[in-house]
Amino acid sequence: MTESVVKVRDLDLVYQSGNEAFPALSDIELEVGAGEVLGIVGESGCGKSSLSSALLRLLPPNGRITRGHVFYKDLDLLEIPETRMRQFRGAELAMIFQDPLTSLNPTFTIGTQMRDVQRAHGGGSLSRAQIYRRSVEMLEQVGMPDPEDRLRSYPHEFSGGMRQRIMIAVALMLKPGVLIADEPTTALDVTLQAQILSLLRGLCKEEGTATIFISHDLGVVAQICDRVMVMYAGRVVESADLFSLFDEPLHPYTRALLRSIPSRNRRGSRLVSIPGRVPSLSALPSGCKFVNRCPHAQDVCRATEPRFLDIQGHRVRCHAYDSSSGFRDAGVVTADRFGD
Amino acid sequence: MEGKKAPRAEARDLCVHFGQRAAGFAKFTGRRAPVVHAVDDVSLEIGPREVVGLVGESGSGKTTLGKALLRLVPVTSGQVLFDGDDVSHSRGDQIRQFRRQAQMIFQDPHASLSPRLTISQLLEEPYRIHRIPEEDRTSVAHLLETVELSSELANKYPHELSGGQARRVGIARALALHPKLLIADEPTAGLDVSAIGNILNLMNDIKDEYGISYLIITHDIGVVEYIADRLAVMYLGNVVEVGPTERVLDDAAHPYTRALLSTVPKPDPRRKDGHAPSLLPGEIPSPKNPPSGCRFHTRCAYSDNGLCRTVMPKQEWVDESHAVYCHRWRTVRG
Amino acid sequence: MDARSATGVLGVLRRVLARPSGLFGLLVVATLLVTAVFAPEIAPYSAGAQNIVMRLQGPSIAHLMGTDHLGRDILSRIIIGTRVELGLAVPAVLVALALGLVVGVAAGYLGGILDDCMVVLMDATQAFPAVILGLALLALVGPSLKALGLVIAVAFSPQYGRVARASVLKLRQEPFIEAERALGASNKRIMFVHVIPNIIAPLFILSAMNVPSAIAIEAGLSFLGLGVQPPTPSWGVILNDGFNRVREFPWPVIWVGLVLIITTLGFTLLGESLRDTIDPRLAGTRGGA
Repeated sequence: MTESVVKVRDLDLVYQSGNEAFPALSDIELEVGAGEVLGIVGESGCGKSSLSSALLRLLPPNGRITRGHVFYKDLDLLEIPETRMRQFRGAELAMIFQDPLTSLNPTFTIGTQMRDVQRAHGGGSLSRAQIYRRSVEMLEQVGMPDPEDRLRSYPHEFSGGMRQRIMIAVALMLKPGVLIADEPTTALDVTLQAQILSLLRGLCKEEGTATIFISHDLGVVAQICDRVMVMYAGRVVESADLFSLFDEPLHPYTRALLRSIPSRNRRGSRLVSIPGRVPSLSALPSGCKFVNRCPHAQDVCRATEPRFLDIQGHRVRCHAYDSSSGFRDAGVVTADRFGD
Repeated sequence: MEGKKAPRAEARDLCVHFGQRAAGFAKFTGRRAPVVHAVDDVSLEIGPREVVGLVGESGSGKTTLGKALLRLVPVTSGQVLFDGDDVSHSRGDQIRQFRRQAQMIFQDPHASLSPRLTISQLLEEPYRIHRIPEEDRTSVAHLLETVELSSELANKYPHELSGGQARRVGIARALALHPKLLIADEPTAGLDVSAIGNILNLMNDIKDEYGISYLIITHDIGVVEYIADRLAVMYLGNVVEVGPTERVLDDAAHPYTRALLSTVPKPDPRRKDGHAPSLLPGEIPSPKNPPSGCRFHTRCAYSDNGLCRTVMPKQEWVDESHAVYCHRWRTVRG
Repeated sequence: MDARSATGVLGVLRRVLARPSGLFGLLVVATLLVTAVFAPEIAPYSAGAQNIVMRLQGPSIAHLMGTDHLGRDILSRIIIGTRVELGLAVPAVLVALALGLVVGVAAGYLGGILDDCMVVLMDATQAFPAVILGLALLALVGPSLKALGLVIAVAFSPQYGRVARASVLKLRQEPFIEAERALGASNKRIMFVHVIPNIIAPLFILSAMNVPSAIAIEAGLSFLGLGVQPPTPSWGVILNDGFNRVREFPWPVIWVGLVLIITTLGFTLLGESLRDTIDPRLAGTRGGA
């Protein structure tokens, strides 16, 4: 197994509102190695955006990390001062977002913006020529035609797909160790999405960038990720390598998700949908957070939160797989496989 | 084809262009005012009790076509027919009658509900507009029940509802007048995966119970795979292919359709589309300046630089129900 | 975004009262309105009661604000004057609102040539200073409260028209308007049921801020002798009377001045508080002739 570039352990995040602290993330654990793509999948309210903010320590004023570690190559990012963190952001830890138009400054050419990023992190050591060359090089790498010319253009002069490529170029320009991609293709047309995903995957493999790919789209995740982590109500409920997750999803939530995707082989039958709604942070059930929507819920699920177990590399947070939890007839759950 | 009933809704050689007046004026001022060819020469039928899926990417004109079928945008040329009647230029009473028969479910659930009216008032709007007497109205409670919403929501305002609830209210409102045709614009966009099933199941139930035809406009191929009887694919204002869903999925004749279908990411890790991006280089051209001839020729791997570049393809039949608009479809299919 | 209760009348009221400026404004406006309605009951003396013996007295127990050159109680005249002022300003501003609303909504919603004409009309009207217009008209028809009210209404209406039109232009793109059209709603129905209720809030705020301007115009014109005629005790008339002897006996001018300041402040602060609570994005709009 490759050495992990990013390792998160026991991470808890709360949002403060008046006297109450709402647990946005609980007990988060993840690992990404060099050149590896970890997919984080979840629906709205699962905490995936909070997680990406937490990793970069870009939390809103009422957000607080109350526990845990975020290791970047043996350094705990939660322990370093903000000034040092700022050096990491952009250079070692890069991020790309869903809407590239709002992430690029509309009043500067992209050449200027790319130059500024390099200057901010390279100090005075880079000459103008070097900066220019690097910018052109990056634009070529992301497949932009006429890069030298386009450096003089403004963000609004590019199409959505081109802007996304620019954002990728900017993010990878300083050869970061980690790239966090938060729904980067959600707003793109399907044919464009395929191009961008392919580009992203290629570049990350080539440079050995540890990539965290956040998405609500299981199809996209299946195309680009090596390992996948499923989140629900601020917790990781399942985590496994790509094929294991899709071939043998263990957690009832993961299974329901996979079954509710409309597709051809479901024609003629009703689609599965998960009853109820994602619990709001202010009204989380005690015990397992999925208890009110799970077809297999039992008393023990209402009482205590399941442990995050490891079953031959496939991790799941569910009492049915915990022989010591008191869950009865676990066979019913394990037999309820995807694809029936 | 003889003895066939008139289709529920039909577009015949329909063109919807925006900006004509400005463009005409521009000739005097010398300024550029491009006309947007949102829909060009489209012919499409929706039969009774049929679900037609209309897919395409940005700039394809699918939303505009949907709106044109409901006469929410003006018809530049060609015809829009409903139950055999030409409604292309109807006004006044005629169009009001038409509105009772064909309704739309809008893409943005909250934005399509008037913010200062309660749900109850919103659901009564259709009856008030058409001055339908009390005894012929469906009660608010019943309408809410049809879309599986609690009657407690009747006194709430749109912003107090979740996205999914607002969407259902939109559906309930569209059903109030018992239309024969429902056009759903991106019915699953923005919904969590687990909620998509709910909406699609609901739409199916409604179809079965009320015998409604649907036109489902979406960019999500999975949705049309699952629910549509026929599938129409649009690119830059033209329909490029249309036919029974399974036929089109299995045996697409148009290069764009094939590319589209192959690049849709499926939740199946073994089906990786490593080579697909090379099938479809570049980006979609702007509808203000569409390519000459076949609009897809600039990105098409089969384009022959002659006919494809100069002549707009006409409708050709792959078989009796499967039509394609491509000069080289026989080669494409191999 | 807010729960309905927060945008409903009670909710807005609560939030306005939470700020000191809103509280002040509301108190002032409420006091003025009550005074205007119950003026004859509140005033200790009648507005015309002369008492030559007691003329030009400074403030005393019997006459809290003193008496004017005819021995009339200044306080009573100001109180009755409140009724005159608000009786003129409030209806005038409301007529301006109605006028502007109709023109603005028609222009914004129907567009085309109508819109172009309406915009030109509004611009032209707004280009005329209301006071000059008032002077001209009153010189023509002679001093008349109705004429004055009309002048004010017409002069102010373009402001409402522009705000209404801008709001409508923005609202017209909203999907719910299209949805109502899809249901078969007529243009008229859409304008009255769906457009106007959604754009009326900024117009009310504008009227709160326009009332003091209307009062100021009246005061100015009456001061010049062209508005309300004595003995009707409008504030402008009192000001006029008092100005002739301001050096020896400044009290009328002082009291009217103070009342004008407080009134203007009260309405303006109320308007601003309302604006900030209902729609902070409007910050920067100002009423005025």
